[in-house]
Amino acid sequence: AAESSDSEEEDLVSYGRALQPLQEGERIKKPVPLQEQTVKDAKGRYQRFHGAFTGGFSAGYFNTVGTKEGWTPSAFVSSRQKRADRTILGPEDFMDEEDLSEFGIAPKDITTTEDFASKAKDRIKEKARQIAGVVAPIPGTTAFDDLIGPSKTTVGFELLRKMGWKEGQGIGPRVKRKPCRQKPDPTVKIYGCALPPGLSEGSEDEEDEYQPENVTFAPKDVMPVDLTPKENVHGLGYKGLDPSQALFGVSVNLFTDGSEETSSLLGDLRHSKGRKLGITGQAFGVGALEEEDDDIYATDTLSKYDTVLKDEEPGDGLYGWTAPKQYKSKKRPEREFKYIGRILDGFSLASKSSAPIKIYPPPSLPRNYRPVHYFRPVIIAGNENCHLQKALEESTGKLQRDPTQQSRHALNATQRREQLGETELKGLAPSILEYLSEKDRERLKEMKQASEQQMKAKIVSQQSRNSRFQPAFPENAAHKWQMLLEGQLANAGSSDFKPFAKNPEKQKRYENFVKSLKQGEKDTLERFLDPNMTEWERGREQEEFFRAAVFYRSSNSTLSSRFTRAKYEDDVDKVEVPRDQENDIDDKETAVKMKMFGKLTRDNFEWHPDKLLCKRFNVRDPYPDSSVVGLPKVKRDKYSVFNFLTVPEPTTSVTQATNEKIQESNSLNKPKKPSRWDVSDKEKEKKDSISEFISLARSKADVQQQPPVPATEECGTGTSEILPTLVANEGKNLEEESGRPPMDLFKAIFVSSSDEKSSSSEEESDEEQQPTTSERESETTKQVDVPDSSSSNVQENVTAATDSGISSLPSSKQELNATEEFGPKLPPAFTSGRLCKHLDRKEKHRKIREKHKTKKERKRKKEKKKKHKKQKNKGKHKNKKSEKDNSSDTTESSDSLSDMDTTGLSPKELLRR
Amino acid sequence: MAFPRPRPARPELPRQRVQTLQCGQGAVRAARFNADGNYCLTCGSDKTLKLWNPHKGTALRTYQGHGYEVLDAAGSSDNSQICSGGADKSVALWDVTTGQVVRKYRGHAGKVNCVQFNEEGTVIVSGSIDSTVRCWDCRSRRPDPIQVLDEAKDGISSVKLSAHEILTGSVDGRVRRYDLRTGQLCSDYIGSPITSVCFTKDGQCVLAASLDSTLRLLDKDTGELLGEYTGHCSTTYRLDCVLNEQDTHVGCASEDGHVYFWDLVEGSLALSLPVGQGVVQSLAFHPRLPCLLAATQGQVTLWREDTFQPD
Repeated sequence: AAESSDSEEEDLVSYGRALQPLQEGERIKKPVPLQEQTVKDAKGRYQRFHGAFTGGFSAGYFNTVGTKEGWTPSAFVSSRQKRADRTILGPEDFMDEEDLSEFGIAPKDITTTEDFASKAKDRIKEKARQIAGVVAPIPGTTAFDDLIGPSKTTVGFELLRKMGWKEGQGIGPRVKRKPCRQKPDPTVKIYGCALPPGLSEGSEDEEDEYQPENVTFAPKDVMPVDLTPKENVHGLGYKGLDPSQALFGVSVNLFTDGSEETSSLLGDLRHSKGRKLGITGQAFGVGALEEEDDDIYATDTLSKYDTVLKDEEPGDGLYGWTAPKQYKSKKRPEREFKYIGRILDGFSLASKSSAPIKIYPPPSLPRNYRPVHYFRPVIIAGNENCHLQKALEESTGKLQRDPTQQSRHALNATQRREQLGETELKGLAPSILEYLSEKDRERLKEMKQASEQQMKAKIVSQQSRNSRFQPAFPENAAHKWQMLLEGQLANAGSSDFKPFAKNPEKQKRYENFVKSLKQGEKDTLERFLDPNMTEWERGREQEEFFRAAVFYRSSNSTLSSRFTRAKYEDDVDKVEVPRDQENDIDDKETAVKMKMFGKLTRDNFEWHPDKLLCKRFNVRDPYPDSSVVGLPKVKRDKYSVFNFLTVPEPTTSVTQATNEKIQESNSLNKPKKPSRWDVSDKEKEKKDSISEFISLARSKADVQQQPPVPATEECGTGTSEILPTLVANEGKNLEEESGRPPMDLFKAIFVSSSDEKSSSSEEESDEEQQPTTSERESETTKQVDVPDSSSSNVQENVTAATDSGISSLPSSKQELNATEEFGPKLPPAFTSGRLCKHLDRKEKHRKIREKHKTKKERKRKKEKKKKHKKQKNKGKHKNKKSEKDNSSDTTESSDSLSDMDTTGLSPKELLRR
Repeated sequence: MAFPRPRPARPELPRQRVQTLQCGQGAVRAARFNADGNYCLTCGSDKTLKLWNPHKGTALRTYQGHGYEVLDAAGSSDNSQICSGGADKSVALWDVTTGQVVRKYRGHAGKVNCVQFNEEGTVIVSGSIDSTVRCWDCRSRRPDPIQVLDEAKDGISSVKLSAHEILTGSVDGRVRRYDLRTGQLCSDYIGSPITSVCFTKDGQCVLAASLDSTLRLLDKDTGELLGEYTGHCSTTYRLDCVLNEQDTHVGCASEDGHVYFWDLVEGSLALSLPVGQGVVQSLAFHPRLPCLLAATQGQVTLWREDTFQPD
């Protein structure tokens, strides 16, 4: 920011370039935050980072090849004529441009060529130059070259030279060379890769012939091993890509004398050689940039390899780049670790091994040692080993933890605690008694006491007291097992309680165990356990058995009254079944036979259409909140009887409901709204047997006629009452007969009712039930009519119905044995007029039609409210109907079917008439 | 008081054979009118489906793509698509003009007995002998049905749709009506295996034909029996029942080669039409005209009223 015109400021030194002055109104650009900075290559493409170890950019075209097209072959050129022009592909052809760029593996930047390098290493060329200089027209010009030529060498390099160092030599004191080399066998053909040229060959040539004693050599030129500790987080041995190092530096001569080496060798000498960087060299290892690639196949000698398996002479331990091994291995005893390799200078392998590391073997376990706590059941409550206890106590200081020891102890826990001066423990003892309620414990105690087992009973009571009033100790629990079992095992094992039924052997052991317990052989418990088991397992099993025995005991006596074992697993045996099932077919069958279609044959279910289906049908979802699709399901036991029985659940529920309703109406509405139902209910209350009730029902006819009008308000639910009332009566029967009523009853009901419709004979029968049931049926039909009777023809309907009821009373009585006749072959209600021979049958038709009509009218009322649109659609029919309505509005006009004009009417309307 | 209108003409029944289509596709399993009754579809046992103009007696197109005999077909209301179901357990949706299968719905475990479009042609409802009714979506590409109605205990023999109802007749002897609007399923027990169901034109009644050689007219709302029609013979086959265009008569195919018509109200036999020697396999009644399609054996006959004068 030194752009100023002031003279004073001109004196100031300014660095860098001044920023462009901001334009007016221009906003200062915000610096791009780090996370939003992106890396692009030279062409603006985003660089993709990849590689777990390399951390570099992607190579080639999306990590594949150089171009989008892949390895595109160069254009086909006929080689017949242009044989000579064949392009010779170099390595560059297969390299990415990034590789050739400045930071690639083969940068193609401008470098000083050899001619202009200050110190050409080639002596021959040097000489040639000097000669040339001499011979040149202007002698001595080459001297100027040194002046002019740019210096490529570093100062250190120069200094070393001045000190007598020559290229190709190592740095350090001169050493004597040992003839420790294998002679290469000239006859043997040598395979394998050569060592990097310039490293090995020169040094090998020198030493081969003879080695005078007094001659010392310069140390070999090796890359020093980097012994710095690894501080970075790169992978082991990873170094960032440095072209010079990568291509020269790896050339470690593994076979130079390590003892003569020092770690102070100067690294990176190769760079100073001023070699041209190029992509040449050997395929293996280093040498990609080597010039002298002519001896790739020649320079490898067997001397570089071990031909014999032998202990390698101590030597160079500088093994590659990684940390030398011998440092570690030195610390190890020789016998343990055969050291292969060379030992660093200044060290030697120890002649005698150091004292072996003392290994403390794990303590040999005592014979009866068990790695877990377990409560030893066998306790000898003697105090003869009291001294031993004391001794142990003193030695371990925590003896009270050991249940087995402690149980033999004479003192109880409190005493011991007092002796030790410990505070009371707060932890809960794992005693089953802790989980029992006070009462149960009391009960247990009582039982124990009742068993009255000499001194043990005393102990038990004492300890159960303990357990109640103070936290019990483990040993108490162990004791308790024993004690509890003592008193209770009298019946254990005798029954079919098999806690280990899955494992028969175990079960057997358990049974033996229980048997022995019963006989009081406490000490021999263990002999029933599997001798193959470990101590620990035996301990476990023993405890298991104890627990099982106790569990059985307690569940047998005290707990079984409260709990019952689960018979089924929770969810496995449950199945989803539809909540509502279609009702019993038998009843329907009968109903169909009687042509009692309608309520009896119909099942209504809640059904949830799929939301999408509603959408497709342009219908509002009837259950917008429910996720159920189809029939609602409930979970039931898989093998529940109810899944196989088609239980008429809805009906029964309705029945109950209506029963209740009836009761209600009896109790509440009777005074206000006397109806025939009241009468029947009264009778129901009075009479117990159905026969009586039915016999009385005959006299109801008069009663029914009297209160027809109030009944209209009573039954708002309309037809839904039909079935209920019918079934309500049956329900009564059910109660009385405590079971399903015989089929005859149903038949009686249905038969008589249909008789009523189709009856043609006037004979009477002596049987009581038939007429009365038919009577009841007529009631129900009337009941259908009654709720509709808001219009004027209610009266007529009712009266007509009652008339028919009365008239059919005698007529239906005769139809007792006619049940067999009723089948699908019966002449239908709507047969042709010719077939209708009997007049009363016609009357029946009329009645049915009336019934239909009233229903239709009700429906029509509903429709008038709801479906105006529909009426519009049916306008044509309406018009026709209106004409007819004049004549057919009253039931009387429909008496004659023959003169009906049915054309152009919808079936409903036709049927209405 | 309005002046009484003149009485409409007494409904005519098709009594006169007008056309006979020799379908040439094996047994004709079903013959169906399209929505307006100008065309018809015949389903053949030779896996083909044919589109006809039955009034002229011309075959228009053959649709091939079913893997087994075609048992039922239906045209959409806009006449652009055809759905068909066959014994290859699949339901196919055809494009009428190209004759290609647009979609094939697989999912039934058995023969597809009956197919129906809903009013908009967006859903195909198919009933199969696997006792399920499946509702397939024509709008989306989903391969599974929108909903499966698996309440039936036996095969579905017939399916009919109204604007908001699905009516199914099943061999388990029940007529089920799924009401989408109220979310209810009404199941009416008939007893005998149902062979065919249909709505009356006013949508208030349901006609059900069953294997006890009886047709029953049931009140849709209450399930009560309004009429019963017998006289024909239907004990073995899945035969169609129809209502005429004015709902005055009920028709049913019979195994004795006749088609019977009854007066809907009286229940009296109005007409016995001798169609052929064999079983009349399928019936279709024209939506507006007294015109009947009856399929028997390998041919389809078109019947018109007596007064009809063919051009």
